[in-house]
Amino acid sequence: MEKTLPKIEIIEKYCKGCHICVEFCPTKVLEMKGFYASVKNLEACIKCMQCELRCPDFAIKVITE
Amino acid sequence: MAFDYDKWLRPGKLPHIWCPGCGHGIVMKGLIRAMETLQLKKEETAVVSGIGCASRLPGYIDCCTLHTAHGRAAAFATGVKMAKPEMNVILVGGDGDGTAIGGNHFIHACRRNIDMTYIIMNNYIYGMTGGQFSPCTPTGHKASTTPYGNPDPGFDIAKLAIGAGATFVARGTAFHANQIDKLIVEAIQHKGFSVVEILDDCPTTYGRRNKYKSVIEMMNRLKEVAVPVKAAEKMTAEQLQGKVLTGVLYKEVKPEYIEEYAKVIERAKAAK
Repeated sequence: MEKTLPKIEIIEKYCKGCHICVEFCPTKVLEMKGFYASVKNLEACIKCMQCELRCPDFAIKVITE
Repeated sequence: MAFDYDKWLRPGKLPHIWCPGCGHGIVMKGLIRAMETLQLKKEETAVVSGIGCASRLPGYIDCCTLHTAHGRAAAFATGVKMAKPEMNVILVGGDGDGTAIGGNHFIHACRRNIDMTYIIMNNYIYGMTGGQFSPCTPTGHKASTTPYGNPDPGFDIAKLAIGAGATFVARGTAFHANQIDKLIVEAIQHKGFSVVEILDDCPTTYGRRNKYKSVIEMMNRLKEVAVPVKAAEKMTAEQLQGKVLTGVLYKEVKPEYIEEYAKVIERAKAAK
């Protein structure tokens, strides 16, 4: 079965650069790019939603079908 | 599918005022998920708060909200519930607001067992006013008013609530975000006064003075100290040293205040 990738949307206007999503992503999908979080390796995403769940600033949305 | 928080947020209010890495945002998301799970109606839900960082929460949530005097959330919420018993009343606040300035209101709301839910975000400090020590600051920890270490022992909010007569007491942490909404759902469904303590992090005024180098270190501390109630049953007293129990800590059924008050009204009418 082919793996479907989610769409990770990061709202930079809301992101405060706290690093929580980057540190607690189990497969290291995210990285800090300057002040904001950004997607580094979408292929590794397992859609566990931990980043969306823990982002205190409503800045991450993991959109899956 | 991504959870739609926007439905419960007032448009144009984000980004919120909380510092980078503050757990209050995680708790607010948990509360929103809980309200959505229970399919609460916005016009029948009141979120009441006092003053403080955590008490800014009702400003962002789109339902009936009250932002009241410092520590007096329980008093105002009791008024709301007495006037409109069909409302789901949820109180939010921090440890300073709930257990110091509003300490008396808190214990008496617990004693009355009025059907409300109190979410206390315990970040061990007065964040908004500049990092003064609160009744929950652990012994020896530093705050702006105790630069050489706090000599006072801290409160255990859950034990305080149980002792004062709350009928549902639970504890979670901002790190265990998945658990927050489940605890809040159970607390709202419980008939009687329910207290949910969420251990939180304050990187700006607490972490900075107590050698937590980053938000991640503070989050990891929450991860390390938390022990689920069921796991704790199999652990020895030595292993539980310095740990904090999480999950539903106490639950009992007692007469609820609004119902008892209605009976008083009936008796008074019959006596005429």
